[in-house]
Amino acid sequence: MDWAADLQAVALTLKLAFVVTALLLALGTPLAWWLAHTRSRWKAPLAAFIALPLVLPPTVLGFYLLMLMGPHGWVGEATRALGIGLLPFSFGGLVIASMLYSMPFVVQPIQTAFEAVGARPLEAAATLRAGPWQRFAFVALPLARRGVVTAAVLGFAHTVGEFGVVLMIGGNIPGATRVISTQLYSHVEALEYPAAHRLAAVLLVFSFAVLLWVYRLNPRGAQLAATAPDAAAHP
Amino acid sequence: MTLSLARPFFALGLAALTFAARADEIQVAVAANFAPAAQKIAARFEHDTGNTVKLSFGATGKFYAQIEAGAPFDVLLAADQATPAKLAAEGKATAATLHTYAIGRLVLWSADPALVDGQGAVLKSDKWKRLSVADAKLAPYGQAAKETLAALKLTDAVQPRVVTAENIGQALQFVQSGNAELGFVALGQVQPADGSKVPGSMWLVPDNLYAPIKQDVVVIAATKVSKAATAFVDYLASDTARAVIKAYGYSW
Repeated sequence: MDWAADLQAVALTLKLAFVVTALLLALGTPLAWWLAHTRSRWKAPLAAFIALPLVLPPTVLGFYLLMLMGPHGWVGEATRALGIGLLPFSFGGLVIASMLYSMPFVVQPIQTAFEAVGARPLEAAATLRAGPWQRFAFVALPLARRGVVTAAVLGFAHTVGEFGVVLMIGGNIPGATRVISTQLYSHVEALEYPAAHRLAAVLLVFSFAVLLWVYRLNPRGAQLAATAPDAAAHP
Repeated sequence: MTLSLARPFFALGLAALTFAARADEIQVAVAANFAPAAQKIAARFEHDTGNTVKLSFGATGKFYAQIEAGAPFDVLLAADQATPAKLAAEGKATAATLHTYAIGRLVLWSADPALVDGQGAVLKSDKWKRLSVADAKLAPYGQAAKETLAALKLTDAVQPRVVTAENIGQALQFVQSGNAELGFVALGQVQPADGSKVPGSMWLVPDNLYAPIKQDVVVIAATKVSKAATAFVDYLASDTARAVIKAYGYSW
């Protein structure tokens, strides 16, 4: 049986999920901060745009990414002009597609957490002469850390379970774009049910463990939030 | 209020049901590569017999799993021979109705009118970056492409530039969208049904380079409309149907 191919797919999926989660946290945290505090008229359109992957079928998203990132699409023309080449069928292309696809799962929990922190701790910090950056880094972020952890876990798990988008733009290349979900799909399509069951079991156990962790985290969150101001005071 | 609104609709639904019950309705699972031809044949069949044909398009392997699980299909037009034979052996399909309805032809195709030459020598060149091929494990045309590359002793040489599509429809999509310059696809997919010239450029792969892509049809054993289903399967061998099959680039 294809143990080696399955293992390679597992390794690639983990690598993809780590890269995507790290980039999404770096990009999504300031974005969530802005969304939580802005009164701009662009807030609603941007929030709606970020939430689109929750509604759109992934294959639709994947199909339009294939068109946009292809040689006739404007993204494809831009990446070619920059000397990067075309993104479909590459690991980099998967990273970008996965970031779009998992964005709401990262931005929304962080935004909610920032909103829950409210203005008062920040105002209190301001009276103690904390600058905007200090208020963000030493007050808001520690208070919102439960949201950040939830966002990271959900973003990671959602990327691991991604299928439709990868199917459309991946090209099933071992070591570059063949992830667990597409490998599982191939097994099922080829009627290799034992191999499919084995991989599905891995995915199922992983997903359950992740969700269990998130749900364990959340009830305790109330206590965490209550003690958090102390923690924030002694960084 | 909801009720008073629902009643006329209910009556309308009943009327539609009684009307449809006059002729049989058959549910046909069709391999994606044969979709355009099947639509034409089904329309002619409906016109000639008064029965209704509902077509579902998809991958043969998926249809197999669905039929195993009791999906309400009456006929399967597969992309291969193995799947209908397997269903017949398992008693899920009627062996007596099993036959080859079409033999597919493999082509190397590009959307670029100047890229592919008449001998397929372009495969050995560096004028392209990506070759789109359907998964050999899943798609008979993918298997044929694999055999062709092996016969040309090009398997290892092109491997780094191959992108694998999950089915022959996606293999075409990769080429049409320009993401791959070349692709092994079915002649039936690129051949316009009016017999006009194929757009882009192509090499009709000689049929001695791969085992024939025979596509079999079978009636599903659980069907409740076996008469109409058998009539449809027989109709595939009629002159009317064969003219359509030929127009789409298949033989039989």
